[in-house]
Amino acid sequence: MSIGLHKSEFSNPVVRWIDQRLPVFTMMQKEYGTFPTPRNFNYFWNFGALAMVTLMIMIATGIFLSMHYAAHTSLAFDSVERIMRDVNAGWLIRYVHMNGASMFFIVVYIHIFRGMYYGSYKAPRELLWMLGVVIFLLMMATAFMGYVLPWGQMSFWGATVITNLFSAFPVVGNYIVELLWGGFSVDNPTLNRFFSLHYLLPFVILGVVFLHVAALHITGSNNPLGIEPKGPQDTLPFHPYYTAKDSVGLVVYFIVFAVLVFFAPNYLGHPDNYIPANPLVTPPHIVPEWYFLPYYAILRAVPDKLGGVLLMFGSILIWFVLPWLDRSPVRSMRFRPLARLFFLLWTVNFLVLLWVGAKPAEGTYVLIAQIATAYYFAYFLVILPLLAKFERPLPLPESISRPVLGGGPLPMGAAAKPMEKA
Amino acid sequence: MLRMSFKALALTLGIFAAAPAHAAGEAIPIPDRKFSFDGIFGTYDRASAQRGFQVYKEVCAACHGLRLLSYRNLRDLGLTEAQVAAIASQFEIKDGPNDEGQMFERPGRPADRFRSPFPNDAAARAANNGALPPDLSVMTKARAGGADYLFALLTGYVDPPPGVTVMDGMHYNKYFPGNQIAMGPVLNPDQVEYADGTKATVEQMAHDVSTFLQWAAEPELEQRRALGVKIIIFLTILAGLTYAVKRKIWADVEH
Amino acid sequence: MADTAHAAPDGAPRRDFLKLVTGAFAAVGVGAIAWPFIASLQPAKDTLALASTDVDLAPITEGQAVTVMWRGKPVFVRSRTPKEIEEARAVAVNSLPDPATDQSRVQREQWLVLIGICTHLGCVPTGQRPTDTRGDYGGWFCPCHGSHYDTSGRIRKGPAPRNLDVPQYAFTSDTKIRIG
Repeated sequence: MSIGLHKSEFSNPVVRWIDQRLPVFTMMQKEYGTFPTPRNFNYFWNFGALAMVTLMIMIATGIFLSMHYAAHTSLAFDSVERIMRDVNAGWLIRYVHMNGASMFFIVVYIHIFRGMYYGSYKAPRELLWMLGVVIFLLMMATAFMGYVLPWGQMSFWGATVITNLFSAFPVVGNYIVELLWGGFSVDNPTLNRFFSLHYLLPFVILGVVFLHVAALHITGSNNPLGIEPKGPQDTLPFHPYYTAKDSVGLVVYFIVFAVLVFFAPNYLGHPDNYIPANPLVTPPHIVPEWYFLPYYAILRAVPDKLGGVLLMFGSILIWFVLPWLDRSPVRSMRFRPLARLFFLLWTVNFLVLLWVGAKPAEGTYVLIAQIATAYYFAYFLVILPLLAKFERPLPLPESISRPVLGGGPLPMGAAAKPMEKA
Repeated sequence: MLRMSFKALALTLGIFAAAPAHAAGEAIPIPDRKFSFDGIFGTYDRASAQRGFQVYKEVCAACHGLRLLSYRNLRDLGLTEAQVAAIASQFEIKDGPNDEGQMFERPGRPADRFRSPFPNDAAARAANNGALPPDLSVMTKARAGGADYLFALLTGYVDPPPGVTVMDGMHYNKYFPGNQIAMGPVLNPDQVEYADGTKATVEQMAHDVSTFLQWAAEPELEQRRALGVKIIIFLTILAGLTYAVKRKIWADVEH
Repeated sequence: MADTAHAAPDGAPRRDFLKLVTGAFAAVGVGAIAWPFIASLQPAKDTLALASTDVDLAPITEGQAVTVMWRGKPVFVRSRTPKEIEEARAVAVNSLPDPATDQSRVQREQWLVLIGICTHLGCVPTGQRPTDTRGDYGGWFCPCHGSHYDTSGRIRKGPAPRNLDVPQYAFTSDTKIRIG
């Protein structure tokens, strides 16, 4: 073997020839074949793979939809209906894309909450977590702009309301809004640039996902116990163990996806979006897509325009500093009885925000939204920092394989020991 | 109804705990009407939809367009090519410009879109006391309650309750959000004469036209459900197989 | 399952069979995903439906030609002179690159209706306007790669493999045809 060629372990001559020059097969083998993965994952660890697959589905269906879609205010609505009626299998591709957005958010929310519960954001995985937050923000931007494209009433008024959020910023606010619009209202230039960005951003997401996975493969995965693997007895090769387990989750996920697409394709949408956009009439009750409702509730909980906008953006930006707000040395909330309680309450609180975001902003709903918003932030800013100081965690197991193989937990003394690297 | 069972499912999952609030206004709840396309395996009652097309053509089409549909789409309702061509040719379609640069009218062809009753929204308003009769192409998708709502609306004209003054040119409808609707009670007994001898009661006509408009909004519905059943059966088998493989693979690992 | 432990000795073949079946199922599923995407690329239903154009022949005088649009393509309608008809019918059919009689290419001998797309690589041949070059055989000449067509639209010289195509059309009256 001459110098400069990669040392390939593959015996198939074609594979070997390529691998020596571009070691993609070695890389795949290392990262997805023999990659040592904690042996104790539960099914919540499926959701990263599910999100990846959903991103692929969205990109594929989106590319084919864009071949038929016309990004012009006078054509957009009809071109979408033409996809539904005249393009062969167009209704299928469009309903998969439309419901795929909802499925993507369900999967990613579960993925995020799993990370929060098991402390996956803690050292050394802070950057991995932050890249995840970047992906989520990009997803939100992409989903928002995608919702504008069919140019129905909710598209138009959603775009108007969301872009107007930026007018809350002093001095530059109105300038930013006109910059987003390319005019003096949401109109054809807005639709065109949103289409362009809606096509572009998923590929940016793909790039950040690559970094997310690269970072994951440096630190290795967290696991339900939140302790690092101590040796080969604690891990399994990714293939076939987790490829098989992910496949099970994937097929079950597809069943849920299919039920939505084939039997209730418009269930998660809003009927008003089947009314063509009309800049002269605002629908009586405008709501964003369900996955934005918690933030919408936070926005409306604050009586001050700028305050509401800042709090809304803050509600996600705060995730960036989560690794430094929660200084508890114990990762998994399985061993943090109080934190677990407060986190589960936070999850319920999140669903309350989601629910109240769909209600009119009046009466008791405002009060509920305010209480829920207060708890949302208190969890991060007060509860987690205090718990890190005062909570008494349960004893941690000695290793991943020990409780699995029948060994009991260590005596109390080991409990508060900071986590160590394997 | 399917929608309701999904809502229950979603609630139990707790994922969609706050699933979209369908803007209902203050109108009273829409009663559930039994349609042939209800449920997971429902299909369109072709005879009813054909009668509904007749109601649309003879009553609704005076004000409401169906601009996203073409005459050729009527083939899906079981009409023959000749019948569709005959229907299309009853309408004068604007075409052109011709060699002299003039627009002209010619008899419709199956490939033409349904002719709208008004050339534009302004003309529609002018002819209807300022009210715009909405296009009906996707109406059942564009209203909470869908076909149930349409049926309720068409049969929901009642005398206003005491103390309520109905504005000039408006009509009281118990299912319309706000209750005052510009459209009058257009369906009257025996307003159309059904070729198949069905008695044209208001309820029958409302039912038929709701079926027709549901088909107009979701022509893919039957195909979608049929494909969905196949795909879910396939995925269920695949899920069983995948789970068996997973168990086999993990059988030698203690976990 | 309780019997997995007992099945251990012959577990290996069963596992392989199970994997094979699952793999085959999954492969069918992945393959099926390609269907809607490929289907969506085929002409849509409205495109297929837009299939007819009416042409009024009355204003076309003898020797003149008009070009109309049909399915996004030019269609040549030429009112041939008796001389042109005679030329088209005089040639020995068997000597042609793509043998076809003139009679088989027209419904009424005066009217020649052709899709105006060169069968070589899709250019539009010249010869419609009186000032155009009509090639060596008095029909059409494709300037892209030099194909010569005769007064029946048949290829006589040059790289084109086939005669100009005749679209489906019908006389709806003595002076009107409907193409498609």
